[in-house]
Amino acid sequence: MEQLTLDELRKKRKEAQKDIYLREGKYKSKIIVHMGTCGIAAGAREIVSSFLGEIDMLNEKDVMLTTSGCAGLCSMEPMATVELLNLPSVKYGHLTPEKTRRIFNEHILGGDIVKEYAIGIGSEKGG
Amino acid sequence: MLLGLALKKEVDKMAVRRIELMLCTGTGCVAGGAFRIKVALENELQKQGLDKEISVIITGCNGFCGQGPLLVVQPDEVFYGFLNPEDIPVLVQEHFLKGRPVKKLMFTPPEKKEPIPLLSEIPFFQKQLLIVLRNKGIIDPEKIDEYIARDGYTALEKVLTSMTPDEVIEEITHSGLRGRGGAGFSTGTKWKICRAEQKRPKYIICNCDEGDPGAYMDRSVFESDPHTAIEGMIIGAYAIGVSSGYIYVRTEYPLAIKRMELAISQARNYGLLGTNILDSGFSYDLEIREGSGAFVCGEETSLIHSIEGKGPEPRQRPPFPVQSGIWDYPTVINNVETWANVPVIINRGADWFSEIGTETSKGTKIFSLVGKINNTGLIEVPMGITLREVVYDIGGGIPGDKEFKAVQTGGPSGGCIPFSMIDVPIDYESLTNAGSMMGSGGMIVMDEETCMVDVAKFFIQFTNDESCGKCTTCRDGSEALLDVLGNITSGVGKEGDLEFLEEVGMAVKDASMCGLGTTLPNPVLSTLKYFRDEYDAHIKERRCSALVCKNLIKYYILPEKCTGCRLCLKNCPPEAIKGELKHIHIIDQSKCTKCGTCLDVCPPKISAIIKVTGEETENITGTEEPYPVKKKKGEKNEA
Repeated sequence: MEQLTLDELRKKRKEAQKDIYLREGKYKSKIIVHMGTCGIAAGAREIVSSFLGEIDMLNEKDVMLTTSGCAGLCSMEPMATVELLNLPSVKYGHLTPEKTRRIFNEHILGGDIVKEYAIGIGSEKGG
Repeated sequence: MLLGLALKKEVDKMAVRRIELMLCTGTGCVAGGAFRIKVALENELQKQGLDKEISVIITGCNGFCGQGPLLVVQPDEVFYGFLNPEDIPVLVQEHFLKGRPVKKLMFTPPEKKEPIPLLSEIPFFQKQLLIVLRNKGIIDPEKIDEYIARDGYTALEKVLTSMTPDEVIEEITHSGLRGRGGAGFSTGTKWKICRAEQKRPKYIICNCDEGDPGAYMDRSVFESDPHTAIEGMIIGAYAIGVSSGYIYVRTEYPLAIKRMELAISQARNYGLLGTNILDSGFSYDLEIREGSGAFVCGEETSLIHSIEGKGPEPRQRPPFPVQSGIWDYPTVINNVETWANVPVIINRGADWFSEIGTETSKGTKIFSLVGKINNTGLIEVPMGITLREVVYDIGGGIPGDKEFKAVQTGGPSGGCIPFSMIDVPIDYESLTNAGSMMGSGGMIVMDEETCMVDVAKFFIQFTNDESCGKCTTCRDGSEALLDVLGNITSGVGKEGDLEFLEEVGMAVKDASMCGLGTTLPNPVLSTLKYFRDEYDAHIKERRCSALVCKNLIKYYILPEKCTGCRLCLKNCPPEAIKGELKHIHIIDQSKCTKCGTCLDVCPPKISAIIKVTGEETENITGTEEPYPVKKKKGEKNEA
């Protein structure tokens, strides 16, 4: 039995909101890790874990992490696409956990594209 | 490799997930095997090493029950239905590991080829407006913290810290909220009358005795978001000046009861129920009372008797329960859906709420959309939406391109609304004017293959069974109605029957005491009003145009189509079909029980078996002998 006071209830609410953020669709940015067979073989799952670890440390979890199939540039795997709200997406290749950490901090949190790792800006056009 | 290991340890400790699988565990999906899906998902996620990144969350009813068992993938919002444990390994590997959503498990509208991946793009969900069901499919109903995270109990905070009881009542009155149990009395007014009563103690009751065939709105609220009803009740208790209450729920709802019991104990544990709630000095607690499923207990005075341990019979009103209810103390009874609206109204304000809906009916209403409809399920729509929008836009129309015939609203107390009135806006007054009623929200769609006389008989059979027997008109009147409807559907109706039905129907309506009796003739009276020609055809021509009433139809094998394959013959339970291989089969009408098995087994390519009614049945006796298929084909056709 933990008889809550008003303040404790409010604190509990703040805590609990962190656990359901995935379902509320409030995102400022989106990371797509390419998980084709080529990507997984090149270590894409480690990249997912690494991004997840970064998100875990955020107070406001407004970054969405999702996966998609092969992006067609298998030699560049593992790859990820980063989309900030209302900006063209950026593709990164040859990722390692160190690189993802930098991309996360500089691009996703800071808004500056990490040019050394970027392999393209914008999506290819459908014909 | 070392780094990978270190990372894995990091992931093990993390609370963060990249995907949550919102698995519907409402009663419908549970019956369809949702918990087997849960086990299969958890096993496969573990096998693929994804169990730390992806979790399975159980939710209450998603609403799209016709597609169950189902789940919604968050955050991508992909909707998967008709799941089988065998599908799960592919789903996990393809979508959750490799990021390739699985088309074959997505929703594809009937007669379309391309599936619709996202929940928000499926028409069934698009015209809905969620107030009561705002948390459905988003929270785990068994965790109070998830309700709290979605602004749960903020309305209670607001009320306890900044509103007087009178202000709360004023807000509810001003919102225009009316009882969702059927009668539609102003909730604020009811609270106000009870607050003014001098006698103490007072009680409040949450009515979850949902008895209408095909209706499950209240059950779903309990199963998907029990705390919203609890919070509504605490706010009501504060406004009316009550310190204890009851939730009356039928025993046939085991899952709803389990989740509500859990919710109450969690709320108590947090001090949201009990003494000195949130240090405000206000105290309130509630308990569950289970009823054994007597339909009449939905009526408030019967419900009170049932809680008191007496037989479930209604009593004369006035005095109304707000003056003299449980153990003769002032009592407010509101339906589950009514209580569940309260926290939202307090949070978002009466002005916001009263802008939704029509002049007289504010807010939304939950309906269970069942019967001959493509998208079976539970929907919450703004008042004033038309039946056409509900049936065709949300419901996706009638299966097999059949004709829409009528929609029955309000359960056994309601009536049938014909196609000609399909553009009627749904609100309390319009439905009453159409000879039906809002009721608690059952909505049964009927197509051309539904016999309206048979429907009326079905509902009268139900109310006749459920009548408590106290009033002569209800007890014997329903019996008399049933007798005559039975005669008409069995082909022995006679002239004057319809006038008799109307006269008895009106008498039952006028002279019965409680809501069960005063509304039970509605299905008869409304079908007589809109489908009188069908009644006439049953009596005068012995014709049931929907081909439903067994005594008025015959099964017949078309000689020009029969190939003599013996399929119907082998399957006929009473062995009424004569014939041999490559011989035209004949149904011996003296033996036929009209079970319809022959029609079911005859291959669609051949479709040799039909049902006929009225004068077409006259010359069909089935006394002729089978004859070879080719030889006499032309000849017999003429006969």
